[in-house]
Amino acid sequence: MALRIWASSTANALRLSSSSATRPHFSRCFSSVLDGLKYANSHEWVKHEGSVATIGITHHAQDHLGEVVFVDLPETGSSVSKATGFGAVESVKATSDINSPISGEIVEVNSKLSETPGLINSSPYEDGWMIKVKPSNPSELESLMGAKEYTKFCEEEDAH
Amino acid sequence: MATRQVARSGLPLMNIVRMKGVPILKQLEIEECLLRTSSDNWCIINDGTDKPNIVMGISGKPAELVEIRPVLEDKIPVIRRFTGGGTVIVDHGTVFVSFICNKNDVADVQPYPRPIMSWSSLLYSQVFQGIADFRLRENDYVFGLRKFGGNAQSITKNRWIHHTSFLWDYEARNMSYLKHPQRAPEYRLARDHLDFICPMKDYISRSDFIRKTIDAAGNHFSVESTEFEAVKSPANMKFTPTSRLLTNHELEAAGKTSIL
Repeated sequence: MALRIWASSTANALRLSSSSATRPHFSRCFSSVLDGLKYANSHEWVKHEGSVATIGITHHAQDHLGEVVFVDLPETGSSVSKATGFGAVESVKATSDINSPISGEIVEVNSKLSETPGLINSSPYEDGWMIKVKPSNPSELESLMGAKEYTKFCEEEDAH
Repeated sequence: MATRQVARSGLPLMNIVRMKGVPILKQLEIEECLLRTSSDNWCIINDGTDKPNIVMGISGKPAELVEIRPVLEDKIPVIRRFTGGGTVIVDHGTVFVSFICNKNDVADVQPYPRPIMSWSSLLYSQVFQGIADFRLRENDYVFGLRKFGGNAQSITKNRWIHHTSFLWDYEARNMSYLKHPQRAPEYRLARDHLDFICPMKDYISRSDFIRKTIDAAGNHFSVESTEFEAVKSPANMKFTPTSRLLTNHELEAAGKTSIL
């Protein structure tokens, strides 16, 4: 605890920005988590409709990553595996892995993200979707979090 | 799940690897391999690289970042690395320091770019305490308003790397191979490169900097030396690094793009 307080006050002295330090993240986190989606603990979301599941990263993730300037996505036809990386985003000075919440075959990739990677920030659950997958094991969805559970997960993570 | 290695002190273990003059592409390959296939914490220190190289971030476009004609004429290698961030030209005057960590061993730091950057600045503030007006300004290490260290990161599910190229010294003429980037920090204003950067050698010797960095790491980890021989060849032969040298063909094509 002492180290966190020291780090926080020093960060303030160094005038380092931190999204979680400047906004009321509890209300933000709750209002930015959508019902009807499933969530992974690595902050990706899945929307399962019929035989296709759409995947992207959550509002929480894009908020913590900062402005996304580049997205690296795989080709249509390739496979993804649950909890394994399938691509990356670049923000600030970092590349960050994107992990698939489920296994399956990629049937569509969001081509708009190559020209407009900022869609991930402005519309993480709609225009900023990343891949569409034909699930190979739909039961994997059952182990993912629902909206309430994911909201609590975000709150606990940000409390550290 | 890997067993967390903890020393008697209660601090997580960190392996310190000291190298000198290792080619930067080799260093990047070692780092990416350790990030993706090791479960240990590492601090890689490369005291200078063997010859001038231009190193771009993962999304770098040579047409926008590099003066293609002189780079081709002078045969300067151009590398695209696996981490994000901007473009640097590195040589024997550059000191590289890289931290590869399990997120659970730095549990007070959320595994996102800005918290990791903040953590690194706290570590280096211990290195430069009483020596210079060090601070993290936007995402650069500066003395006052002059940059002397550039940072980049890669973050996986459970681990991250934060690596820095420190300008202990540099040759002014080499900076002319780099263009003024489209994305520049606000504090740079409109300054030319040579008015924007400064050499670390004006403030601290190489040996003192390396020693104090290892000491600062020792405040967070229980540090142990590991020989370069132990890491220079990938233990996991299935791993393929993604940092690579751009071909002359790619640079020539970029050169044609830049004049259109």
